[in-house]
Amino acid sequence: MSELSVNHLLGIKYLNKQDIQLIFETADHFKEVINRPIKKVPSLRDITIANLFFENSTRTKLSFELAEKRLSADVLNFSSSQSSVKKGETLIDTVNNILSMKVDMVVMRHPNPGAGVFLSKHVKASIINAGDGAHEHPTQALLDSYSIREKLGDVAGKKVVIVGDILHSRVALSNIFALQLQGAQVMVCGPKTLLPKFIDSLGVKVETDLRKALNWCDVANMLRVQNERMDISYFPSTREYTQQFGVNKELLDSLNKEITIMHPGPINRGVEITSDVADSKQSIILDQVQNGVAIRMAVIYLLASKIKQ
Amino acid sequence: MSQKVLLNEKEVNIILHRLACQLIEKHNDFSNTVLIGLQPRGVFLADRIAKILREDYKVKNIQLGHLDITFFRDDFRRGEKPLEANATQINFLVEDKNVVFIDDVLYTGRSIRAALTAIQSFGRPNEIELLTLIDRRFSRHLPIQPNYRGRQVDVINNEKVKVNWKEYDNEDSVYLIEK
Repeated sequence: MSELSVNHLLGIKYLNKQDIQLIFETADHFKEVINRPIKKVPSLRDITIANLFFENSTRTKLSFELAEKRLSADVLNFSSSQSSVKKGETLIDTVNNILSMKVDMVVMRHPNPGAGVFLSKHVKASIINAGDGAHEHPTQALLDSYSIREKLGDVAGKKVVIVGDILHSRVALSNIFALQLQGAQVMVCGPKTLLPKFIDSLGVKVETDLRKALNWCDVANMLRVQNERMDISYFPSTREYTQQFGVNKELLDSLNKEITIMHPGPINRGVEITSDVADSKQSIILDQVQNGVAIRMAVIYLLASKIKQ
Repeated sequence: MSQKVLLNEKEVNIILHRLACQLIEKHNDFSNTVLIGLQPRGVFLADRIAKILREDYKVKNIQLGHLDITFFRDDFRRGEKPLEANATQINFLVEDKNVVFIDDVLYTGRSIRAALTAIQSFGRPNEIELLTLIDRRFSRHLPIQPNYRGRQVDVINNEKVKVNWKEYDNEDSVYLIEK
């Protein structure tokens, strides 16, 4: 087993356990590479990658771009706000125009769920989903699991609670798939209004009491409240949200064990997590960012190796 | 598939000691020298040479690293199988050091070409030498030759040289295998 079972990374639900294992093992090697004095390898010299961001992003876009450059790929950046999409061009036309410039791989973030799957059926290029609406964000889930594996030795058997706005979160869905595939137990915790109906059909525990959830888990993944995706009010006030679902030092110290704190970013300090927790030694938030580059290098490398000359 | 013994355990042992002595002759106390075993199979030879230098010739301060060249190879996406990486362990800089690459078999020279590029990630060495146990003559694709060679053999293209190590393959030996 040294090859991915897929030609695109559209979501965790299309991967199997061996794929995740292979991605992690490859990321181990790239993590060593990015800690060298010279952090670049020439593997992808003849590969061109287009980063198509139809939605805002800071960390994911930078992380992908850095991963691509560390692998020596040629990189095209595109963001919809400065493009002809505004003039009414369709997604397929936009992408086909870019592909006619001989692009081998597309990294795409799009507000519509399923945009990556749609694209993979209509264009000849390897597609990596960098987030499609509230659907999936596979590389984030991979780097989250990879960070848990690094911190706790293994993902299997661990208890992970995802706290916050589950309803609007693609990170939550991809994380649930990835963690369950590797044998972890998953719980979601948040205000009832921000928990999707039928979330328990995914086989996750549901909890609305944060203290109970934190006492149960080994790892807490704190999500941001995605105000930009909310068309109605889901809770009375930010202050009330913080009181019930925000993690602070006092709460962590009162638990019966030391748990690991994660956050996919961007953090709203003082809302879902206080600064002293975000910057504490229990937090692996910055490790997640570093691992993100290694994971994305691994995914790009493994997918590129399936593009035949 | 037939196979022929090229070197038995005793011969391998004599050659390893000779190679160790040749290294001492050139590098004295190894104060500015680093040994780099090339993954995957060169690291066994490198580990063994380092052990002989330390234990039999009492050389202190041997710096030994393992270098994986997978991401620097020139055949990415050209073969049937994807290239699988191995671990790189180099916990020192090679800036201004005398580097000795160690590999079990020198064949086309392409691995060494990749290693020459890969090592640059760890600094600019003063010089780079190459030590191989087996040198397959007349099969080079690149102008690369070893500085220290165990045995030179003539091998035709449908034959393969397999080096075995006691630690991993239960015996020290070199076989010529006809595919």
